[in-house]
Amino acid sequence: MIPAGFEYHRPADLASAVGILRAHGDEARVVAGGHSLIPMMKLRMAELGHLIDLQAIGELKGIEIDEGRVTLGAMTTQHELIAHEGLARAIPLLREAALQIADPQVRYMGTVGGNVANGDPGNDMPGLMQCLDARFELYGAEGTRQVAAREFYEAAYFTARADDEILTRILLPIPPAGTGYAYAKQKRKIGDYATAAAAVLIGEGLSSVAMTNLSDTPVWSEEAGTALAGGDIEGCVEAMLAAIDPQEDMRGPIAFKRHVAAVILRRAIDSALSRRA
Amino acid sequence: MKDEVQSPEERSAGLKGMGCSRKRVEDVRFTQGKGNYVDDIKLDGMLTGDFVRSPYAHARIKSIDTEAALAVPGVLAVLTAKDLEPLGLHWMPTLAGDKQMVLADGKVLFQGQEVAYVVATDRYAAADGVAAVEVDYEDLPVVTDPFKAMDPDAPVLREDLAGQTEGAHGPRRHHNHIFTWEQGDRAATEAVLAEADVVAEEMVYYHRTHPMPLETCGCVASMDKVTGKLTLWGTFQAPHAVRTVASLISGIAEHNIRVISPDIGGGFGNKVGVYPGYVCSIVASIVTGKPVKWVESRMDNLMSTAFARDYWMQGKIAATKEGKITGLWCHTTADHGGFDACADPTKFPAGFMNICTGSYDIPVAYLAVDGVYTNKAPGGVAYRCSFRVTEAAYFIERMIEVLAIKLNMDAAELRRINFIRKDQFPYQSALGWEYDSGDYHTAWEKALNAVGYDALRREQAARLEAFKRGETRKLIGIGLTHFTEIVGAGPVKNCDILGLGMFDSCEIRIHPTGSAIARLGTISQGQGHATTFAQIIASEIGIPADDITLEEGDTDTAPYGLGTYGSRSTPVAGAATAMAARKIRAKAQMIAAYLLEVHDDDVEFDVDRFVVKGAPERFKTMKEIAFASYNQAIPGVEPGLEAVSYYDPPNMTYPFGAYICVMEIDVDTGEHEVRSFYALDDCGTRINPMIIEGQVHGGATEGYAIAMGQEIAYDDMGNHKTATLMDFFVPTAWETPHYTTDFTVTPSPHHPIGAKGVGESPNVGSVPCFSNAVHDAFRPFGLVQSHMPHDHWRIWKIAEDLGLHG
Amino acid sequence: MSKMHIKFTLNGQEVEGLAEPRMLLIHFLRETLKVTGPHIGCETSHCGACTVDVDGKSVKSCTLFACQADGAEITTVEGLVNSDGTLGVLQEMFREHHGLQCGFCTPGMITRAHRLLQENPTPTEEEVRFGISGNLCRCTGYQNIVKAILAAAGQLNSHKEAAE
Ligand SMILES: Cc1cc2nc3c(=O)[nH]c(=O)nc-3n(C[C@H](O)[C@H](O)[C@H](O)COP(=O)(O)OP(=O)(O)OC[C@H]3O[C@@H](n4cnc5c(N)ncnc54)[C@H](O)[C@@H]3O)c2cc1C
Ligand code: FES
Ligand code: FES
Repeated sequence: MIPAGFEYHRPADLASAVGILRAHGDEARVVAGGHSLIPMMKLRMAELGHLIDLQAIGELKGIEIDEGRVTLGAMTTQHELIAHEGLARAIPLLREAALQIADPQVRYMGTVGGNVANGDPGNDMPGLMQCLDARFELYGAEGTRQVAAREFYEAAYFTARADDEILTRILLPIPPAGTGYAYAKQKRKIGDYATAAAAVLIGEGLSSVAMTNLSDTPVWSEEAGTALAGGDIEGCVEAMLAAIDPQEDMRGPIAFKRHVAAVILRRAIDSALSRRA
Repeated sequence: MKDEVQSPEERSAGLKGMGCSRKRVEDVRFTQGKGNYVDDIKLDGMLTGDFVRSPYAHARIKSIDTEAALAVPGVLAVLTAKDLEPLGLHWMPTLAGDKQMVLADGKVLFQGQEVAYVVATDRYAAADGVAAVEVDYEDLPVVTDPFKAMDPDAPVLREDLAGQTEGAHGPRRHHNHIFTWEQGDRAATEAVLAEADVVAEEMVYYHRTHPMPLETCGCVASMDKVTGKLTLWGTFQAPHAVRTVASLISGIAEHNIRVISPDIGGGFGNKVGVYPGYVCSIVASIVTGKPVKWVESRMDNLMSTAFARDYWMQGKIAATKEGKITGLWCHTTADHGGFDACADPTKFPAGFMNICTGSYDIPVAYLAVDGVYTNKAPGGVAYRCSFRVTEAAYFIERMIEVLAIKLNMDAAELRRINFIRKDQFPYQSALGWEYDSGDYHTAWEKALNAVGYDALRREQAARLEAFKRGETRKLIGIGLTHFTEIVGAGPVKNCDILGLGMFDSCEIRIHPTGSAIARLGTISQGQGHATTFAQIIASEIGIPADDITLEEGDTDTAPYGLGTYGSRSTPVAGAATAMAARKIRAKAQMIAAYLLEVHDDDVEFDVDRFVVKGAPERFKTMKEIAFASYNQAIPGVEPGLEAVSYYDPPNMTYPFGAYICVMEIDVDTGEHEVRSFYALDDCGTRINPMIIEGQVHGGATEGYAIAMGQEIAYDDMGNHKTATLMDFFVPTAWETPHYTTDFTVTPSPHHPIGAKGVGESPNVGSVPCFSNAVHDAFRPFGLVQSHMPHDHWRIWKIAEDLGLHG
Repeated sequence: MSKMHIKFTLNGQEVEGLAEPRMLLIHFLRETLKVTGPHIGCETSHCGACTVDVDGKSVKSCTLFACQADGAEITTVEGLVNSDGTLGVLQEMFREHHGLQCGFCTPGMITRAHRLLQENPTPTEEEVRFGISGNLCRCTGYQNIVKAILAAAGQLNSHKEAAE
């Protein structure tokens, strides 16, 4: 459980960070909260020559709430996100989900940017971001670009982000007032990743459903959302079941996961409907 | 004098003796981070050792190349079996009469087995060295199923035993067979089964798990070449036994070995055995002339040191139509892994599994246990229980439920009909034990009343109807257990480990000013010995507990003892403590009589003093007596006030308890919620109620984990699937149930203070209680038996198989 | 790898030392600085035995490199003792309510509870259980730990009221 050696960098701005990334190619990795990366390094499953710590980069911090839009700096921790009252009013789904991630210590360190950039199918934020139709802002040598969360995930640990890009901000449309929301997650204990988790929004002209840890990427299903918008809950569940592809692990066999996926999704829908104004 | 105005009650309270919830003296250090655990030890020039471990469960080792590792900066040596062989240390004896590889000798038998030992300046360099060792393996067919291991053409695991038809515990009838252990009357039991009104038969599996103390195992070995003395600090539950074993296998004279157990971060059985890390560290210290530390990682711990359970128990229970049990039969297949490294008393290769008749008056019984080798880690320790008692209790408490189903009877009533009655104690069990004391009916009624059993059953029935009407997806399960523990190993006549009789010891010295030091052969791993043993002495000789220092764990100073496991400290060392204290009291009586100028028989003990009978104003306090023992020549009495006692208990003690749990179960997701958990324990005389309650909370939480998710699992290739705390279930405060504790007191008739020991009862009792609750929820739908752990998917599977998902 | 010079405030005092960049904070504390209150129970970020307070956050110090903590303000269980050397309120309440047995989880548990009570001085039992869910204890079953933390909250609040 001892990582291999590396060199440590703590740049003060984005441009320097990207400079170091470019200089060292795939030898270099950024670290945000480190609570996905450092465990991998300790298992020597991620070996790298240069570690670029993003903690000193002011541009990556902060939560802004404007007309109709929330902007989360990539280095916002889950703890900060939970503690922010304005954010909880604007998009309560975020707090509800973040409280179901990991444990208190991990939430103090784990960042929203790290969670969505990581590409681990177990992470909760990617599905959540897809449900909310977030956009990720990436900064690289060629400048800044945005990618929709719904188009970001390619396979486990493969995303649309280029190796020398840094995820800087997450842009989220604020759902219309009165939108019902819920994040439901089944896990074995606190600190565990999801057996199945569902993010649901139901509102005026907006119905969106995404699920976590049931495929090698998060699963957002347009069909499921459409069915839900039409009040067809079982159609929504069916569409989702057609879209997921869970694997057996210690949480259980595939048949169990498919069953639980449907139950958790219905649970989230019920809860979202009950909150819909 | 202040003394004179205090009543005896006030004086007694001031002692903080037995029966009071004395605050723990240990905690002042622990709460400020001033504990001294093995990994806290830092010596000048100390090196670190780390293992190269096998990624294969069964493979031949073709070559080990250490060259690159030796080139890593900071790496000083790499030991392999070849280096240990000339010393005769490449294998070591196990506590179960088998032998075990210290470092892989030609082959490996389980994933995570120790292959090479890298010694380096610090743990970082050691890890780099481990990564640089190149091992060439040739994989061999793997057996992880103990039944398949006994197939005629199963792969041969222990080539070193080829052709050996006699093992440490009798004949071996197959190349992967270790022993068969038989107890009871087979013919009589089979006759009863053949003629019984009712016979219930079931396979009950108690899965493999692990004690997982929060601190892993480790040691620091320091060989002083000048004095020839080896000092070994380690996480040892039995420091004296470690010293003897270390001497026997290393050839270093026993007086030249000093073993010290510093503070221990929980043991639960994990720290009883002797591990390759200890042997390699000693060798490395001898080779390098420097102290060497080895502390395993959590993954190492879960993969290689001492698992627990893994018993497949085939049972048959016979009864009359009215529910009176007439006989019990059990055949167990015990999966021991690659080496038989159980930590059981020598004559008990399956521990005290023959306590499996439980709390019930069963006229005839038969038990056979077959030990089998597989490609899994060795171990088979008592995880917070007395040798295999958890397995036995789980078996009988499941069989009772299975029988209740067969008889269509309430399981509480079935127990009531079959309990050993109070007037039957001391009770001879069909499998050879003499139960010392008990009052099961009283405990049972108290428990049922406390939880409102009848009302609970009505609520459960109502819920079932609601479920059938489609109004809810949650069922209620009511888990019942009445267990009988057997602890305090044990009488030297039938209990030994490696030939060392399982007595224990205490030495007490009273200082001239009336304070004292006591030293014991045991070692606390959180049980609070420094607190409770001082309480025993306080009550016995009238010195305030606060004035007594308690020391354990240093073999140079403590008297010989067999250590702390199997709940034996209170029954054995606690008795030794009381006996040593009584020797002191007897001497004090002579001194007091002399000082008061009366005959010995004319003074009597009164809380903290001896008084002249009939003249209570004439007395000598223990303080005065202590001083006199050092400063006055007393005719016929040696100076000083010290005593030592080696206590060989006449019998085991038999704590018991009644546990009841109420659980809500979601049939769709397999999620559950423990609504309440009631634990009534009878551990005889209660020394410190606060500590007893804490032990019950802790043990029940372990039991909850084991029953509801915790397991050591392997795939068919022998890959370990639960090597981190992500998959090895240890509940947080959030999942952990709330506990209600209660008690009855039935003292042990043969123990000097009547105490029986409690540390492990809650683990023994809670596992069947939780498991029975799960089974009970599904009983109306026909569930008879479903194996633990009852994690979400397995509960879901029960419901799925019963057709509850539509 | 060349070593880095690392400096931070530990329990109110400036400390420094040399460490390879890959050295984890827990090892830097325990081995370089010989502050052995925080323990190692899993090394995989699950048990919380290594919990220390870094800039007002409860952090598992096995999952942070020492160099990342350069410049930080760190508190360990050793720093929660009163200035006169007596046990701090949480420490005293753990002792009073038998909130520890082997003591191995205790430093991490108390350090975490300290931060929890800073953020939420009047927690419910449920909030305490949720708030310490990053810390495993194998001995106590948590019931007395929870009791101890609630009692400490009560004491701290009555001290505060008395001061006002
Ligand atoms: C015990 C435990 C339990 C957990 N349980 C959960 C859970 O239930 N649900 C869950 O979602 N997560 C869980 N996590 C993961 C945790 O939330 C992580 O913190 C999170 O996944 C990653 O965030 P981080 O800031 O720690 O990222 P890091 O570990 O620092 O980085 C993760 C990856 O993302 C990259 N990265 C980070 N930031 C950026 C950026 N701005 N731009 C580009 N690349 C970047 C890194 O290079 C790295 O490859 C758990 C972790 C632990 C230790
Ligand atoms: S050692 Fe850091 S969380 Fe377990
Ligand atoms: S007191 Fe032992 S782990 Fe908590």
